[in-house]
Amino acid sequence: MSTPDPITPVLTRRWLSPRSWSIDTYTRLEGYSSLRTAFAAHPDQLIQLVKDSGLRGRGGAGFPTGMKWGFIPQDDGSGKGPGAKPKYLVINADEGEPGTCKDIPTMMADPHALIEGCIVTSYAIRANFCAIYVRGEALHCIRRLRAAVREAKDAGYLGRDILGSGFDLEIVVHAGAGAYICGEETALLDSLEGRRGQPRLKPPFPATSGLYASPTVVNNVETIASVPAIVAGGADWFRSMGREKSPGPKIYSISGHVERPGQYEAPLGITLRGLLELAGGMKDGVPLKFWTPGGSSTPLLTAEHLDVPLDFEGAAEAGSMLGTTAVQVFNETVSVPWAVMKWTEFYSHESCGKCTPCREGTYWLVQVLQRMVRGEGTTADIDMMVDVCDNILGRSFCALGDGATSPITSAIQYFRQEFLDLIASQPDVERPEQLADVELAERTDGTELTGAHA
Amino acid sequence: MTLPEGNPETNSPAPVTPTERHFPAPAEPSPVSPVFDELTRQRTKEIISLYPQSRSALLPLLHLVQSVEGYVSTDGIRYCAEALDLTTAEVSAVATFYTMYKRSPCGEHLVSVCTNTLCAALGGDDIYDRLRTHLGSADRPLRHEETAGEPGSPGSITLEHAECLAACDLAPVLQVNYEYFDNQTVDSAVELVDALRRGERPQPTRGAPLTDLRTVELELAGFTDEASTVDTTARVEGPSSAVESVRGVRLAEENGWTAPAMPDEPPAMPALPEKK
Repeated sequence: MSTPDPITPVLTRRWLSPRSWSIDTYTRLEGYSSLRTAFAAHPDQLIQLVKDSGLRGRGGAGFPTGMKWGFIPQDDGSGKGPGAKPKYLVINADEGEPGTCKDIPTMMADPHALIEGCIVTSYAIRANFCAIYVRGEALHCIRRLRAAVREAKDAGYLGRDILGSGFDLEIVVHAGAGAYICGEETALLDSLEGRRGQPRLKPPFPATSGLYASPTVVNNVETIASVPAIVAGGADWFRSMGREKSPGPKIYSISGHVERPGQYEAPLGITLRGLLELAGGMKDGVPLKFWTPGGSSTPLLTAEHLDVPLDFEGAAEAGSMLGTTAVQVFNETVSVPWAVMKWTEFYSHESCGKCTPCREGTYWLVQVLQRMVRGEGTTADIDMMVDVCDNILGRSFCALGDGATSPITSAIQYFRQEFLDLIASQPDVERPEQLADVELAERTDGTELTGAHA
Repeated sequence: MTLPEGNPETNSPAPVTPTERHFPAPAEPSPVSPVFDELTRQRTKEIISLYPQSRSALLPLLHLVQSVEGYVSTDGIRYCAEALDLTTAEVSAVATFYTMYKRSPCGEHLVSVCTNTLCAALGGDDIYDRLRTHLGSADRPLRHEETAGEPGSPGSITLEHAECLAACDLAPVLQVNYEYFDNQTVDSAVELVDALRRGERPQPTRGAPLTDLRTVELELAGFTDEASTVDTTARVEGPSSAVESVRGVRLAEENGWTAPAMPDEPPAMPALPEKK
């Protein structure tokens, strides 16, 4: 099979068209054409099609989308059990992971692609109500989506008996109110139910007990916007891009110290070297220091990882995660401890407070990092941070806590010397807790304080 | 016979019978502020009708009361609680969880500066620090969510630092009333807030023409202000894709790069999986 071009616009292919967000432009460019194909098929065939395509969730975790849809219990005719309950589709458009900026341009430029994807998906999982949970700060996306829903309804693509298929669907565009944690799917569901956005204990998973304790699929914007193209092009076409286990095109968001930051839709598996080539290289030629492959919750990588294929497997093999392919590039002028401190302040601010490891851990990590950046760190602080991270990772309620440890542990892994240099550059440190080792202080006449000279 | 005063055994004063203490009764709850007029009540019903369960309407309702009063007041909380048959404690718990609900009166405009790592590295911290002293003073810089000017009065500005605003390719960014101003510098930001204080409404880089925080909160709740000078169509139009957003697709166009061609007709659907 021939190698696809470096950039493969599928989701972004309409973005240059004038008034790309209007239904006129959208339908002229083959929009809503997948609906008739979809309605002619049995819903289970659509689920199988998405399974065959190998589409994986674009929201960060990369869970196989078709499999997620297949988990929805369907009515077995008994009228009892979870299959008899109404099913729901919820779109996670609460984009907020630092570095991630792909869903907002998607909804801004091409809201109908998402609406069409919602219709096909809802038909496949037999949902008659779909909510698009959009981050409140993404106001213009909310306007565009609401206008798109109105247009689609007027055109008969939403509402009762869509295109004579007998299938009904209502879509509500729901504005969030500013909470990063609501990007976590169960927190999003609680928020959508009018509660504080705090994650739920899993299991039960949303597939059986989601919105209003009914079977629910929660998918990312980019995932669902990919669905119409899969219906129109088929699984083999979709698989002609990307890699075996991570097929398809993906919007890579490149930001930071590069010449031309922006959105580049490439087949999964492109490397940072390839992306930098597209984005015109490092800004002003200042060398690369560190970067994130998919947002701040994915462990940092360095210049030695330029050739790591950026798909789910490649990023994992390099010790990181693909996340949301939010490639944030930092050059040599940026201090690693400072960057990690800023990220940790973010996690501490956004921790919902439900579980202790995350709530307390992120708070204290900020204190340690802030004093280190102030020039009052000790070498013991590095070990303490690793220890605290170890007590958060895998012990917190949801992935926010895990994500909070990623920048810290990866920064210490690759840039321990920079932390040590920062500490060594400020040797005259005296903190009350360092004086706790009174014996040592007395023995050495106060000069050999714990850690300060290490 | 009369006993002497006090207890003869111990000669201590007679035990005092406990008296009932009177606590001041809570003030009569005031009727919900009259600002929640008939129109607001009508809108409340409309919002509730959108959802399978009424409580889902709480977040939009809080946006609605914020659009009426400029912040979420205790009256606003009571209004939401009554509309959804919840307790005020339940509504307060929600209102205090989310950063977009402000618990004290805000300025005409809300300026949010992204100070997350990437924006900060590219100048976001400098912008925020400068705006703090510019809108406050060098001795007394504005605090997070503090307002310059009398809240609600024309030209008043509430300043806040925001977490990642999901526009990292356009860093450093700030938002005014949640409309994007991309690729900012310290000078452009100072110019922007000065224009706001003069009563001007600079055009955002992306999004609709600038209005004010209350109008925008009403839009978040799902309504457009009939009296607004900017009509609904114009609110949806406006520049949307930044140069940065379409860089990839433009590069593809220039080089003739495309995705592999789709088959002319959608391929046959996979066979219906057998029921287990």
